[in-house]
Amino acid sequence: MKTVYLDNNATTQLAPEVIEAMMPYLSDFFGNPSSMHSFGGQVAAKVREAREQCAALIGCSPDEIIFTSCGTESDNAAIRSALTVQPEKRHIVTSRVEHPAVRALCADLATRGYRVTELPVDASGHLDMDQYRESLTPDTAVVSLMWANNETGVIFPVEKAAELARERGILFHTDAVQAVGKIPIDLRANAIDMLSISGHKLHAPKGIGILYVRKGTRFSPFLIGGHQEKGRRGGTENTPGIIALGKACELAAQHMEDENTRVKQLRDHLESELLRLIPNSRVNGDAVARLPNTSNISFEFVEGESILLMLNEYGICASSGSACTSGSLQPSHVLRAMGVPFTMAHGSIRFSLSIYNTREEIDFVIEKLPPIIETLRRLSPYWTAGDQVCTAQ
Amino acid sequence: MWEYTDKVREHFLNPRNVGEVEDPDGVAEVGSIACGDALKLTFKLDENKRIKEAMFKTFGCASAIATASALTEMIKGLTLEEAEKITNQHIAEYLGGLPQEKMHCSVMGREALEKAIDHYRGRPSKAEEGEVVCHCFGITDKEIERAVLENNLATVEDVTNYTKAGGGCASCHEAIEELIRKVRGRMESQPPPRPALSNIKKIRMIEETIDREIRPSLKLDGGDIELVDVIGNRVLVATRGMCASCQAADRTLKLFVETKLRELVWPDLVVEEVAS
Repeated sequence: MKTVYLDNNATTQLAPEVIEAMMPYLSDFFGNPSSMHSFGGQVAAKVREAREQCAALIGCSPDEIIFTSCGTESDNAAIRSALTVQPEKRHIVTSRVEHPAVRALCADLATRGYRVTELPVDASGHLDMDQYRESLTPDTAVVSLMWANNETGVIFPVEKAAELARERGILFHTDAVQAVGKIPIDLRANAIDMLSISGHKLHAPKGIGILYVRKGTRFSPFLIGGHQEKGRRGGTENTPGIIALGKACELAAQHMEDENTRVKQLRDHLESELLRLIPNSRVNGDAVARLPNTSNISFEFVEGESILLMLNEYGICASSGSACTSGSLQPSHVLRAMGVPFTMAHGSIRFSLSIYNTREEIDFVIEKLPPIIETLRRLSPYWTAGDQVCTAQ
Repeated sequence: MWEYTDKVREHFLNPRNVGEVEDPDGVAEVGSIACGDALKLTFKLDENKRIKEAMFKTFGCASAIATASALTEMIKGLTLEEAEKITNQHIAEYLGGLPQEKMHCSVMGREALEKAIDHYRGRPSKAEEGEVVCHCFGITDKEIERAVLENNLATVEDVTNYTKAGGGCASCHEAIEELIRKVRGRMESQPPPRPALSNIKKIRMIEETIDREIRPSLKLDGGDIELVDVIGNRVLVATRGMCASCQAADRTLKLFVETKLRELVWPDLVVEEVAS
């Protein structure tokens, strides 16, 4: 069975060019870039090149790039550093819809004497900027707001938010794991101090990430050890991962237009057809300020895990914000923060596309999903077939 | 991804008895859309007061659907007294097991069955008694105590897996711990009641008894016996070899096989012969 992979916000396939670029550094060129011999030195040169490729994608200087092991490490390093370098400040501002890498960390810090403000979002997934402004205090050490939401694709105005933070002397971090490679980012043109990237979300392998730290920002390392990454992150470099990520960043820049035209059209086609064919369905999150590849759709009165397992029978991969798939017993914290009603939240499916998806694949999903929803609604005690009326709440 | 058994998958993809029985004798609705799963069970009795028809409608995950489908299959042909003995463990075992985190689906099945029987008898449901402990999912102290007792649960996580209680805001965790201590304290001071046999255990014990106690004697006369199925208290067997054509086979079944099985497996069983 052919796999139709529409779960690219979870992870992505490696680009063939990325595999080609990294393979020699898994086999022949295994040298340590810190070594004094030219066998290691040639790897150091390649790592330097990768750093330049990564910097070019987000518009920063190569020495502002710190390679890490993943997005979660980058988030942890950024927030903990901001607190360490400003021990007198005890307040953190973040949002209710952050990735667990930020949310769980902040919840942990809240038990260790820090004050955490979790900003709410409205029904479309947006922040109230006035409320944000009011949350910033002289005691605020750091703001951490995601650039784009992993579940809904909703884009926060982080550049504006970073400016407001800078005016008050507050460090600003953004988890840009979902945004990088999908929308243009130019760090020369904004006030963001720290930014997290994860390799496997943009066709590089798992196990490699980036923390961008603006030049001049005080920084305290998360991993203390050797002099790697200029002492900002100890540990021998993941050279194949770094080289792969460099290549992936270069490709992402090349594919940016395709992502925002063809991929976006595919997403819009999928979304409008599903909404047209399936009654009582709706899109979660702002339809406009949104990543071009993400669509989060709720199908009322059915449950997400059931939908996913039936899609799985056709080789279609997606994910859900339902309780049964969230690993807890409640639906996704993002949908709850947006006030999505329970009848809708449990039946939410996230489709996330990549440049490797085709029109045929999207049409296949458009063909297969409506009968699945119909089957499950026939099973549902809340659905009255025919007149499409909800019989219970 | 959950590791579901083939049987769970099969019941999920091809659910049996979907819908509502017309003019039902027993009806129950449990769960809610807010909690993420809900089950409506309806059944109808025949003239002998056995469950003739049972149907379900489920909003929920794959295991919730499979559990409800399995439940309707399990109770068909049973008297209400027999159906009442079905526990959540029986339902899970019928499906070849459920992931721990999904055991609450089997508990929901048992609750629906009990509530539907209570409805038929015009009794208030037991589940509705008690005080709500978990407000996120509306679970009462009685429901939690029962799950702890019947499934020998030891931790809050266990209780959450089986009842959902404690799976939301977590503010009831201390109360759940207190209930666990209370029930387990009682369990230790009293010898546990003899556990009801699940179907799988029944089948295993019957087969062992046939192998050890029955088959050798029949083989002496050139006969044999095979277990075909176990439905409630009915043990269906087929005779083989000389027994299949023997005039005295009926007597053998009743006097020898049934007596032996009643003695060694459980006392209320009835052995019936079916065509092989």
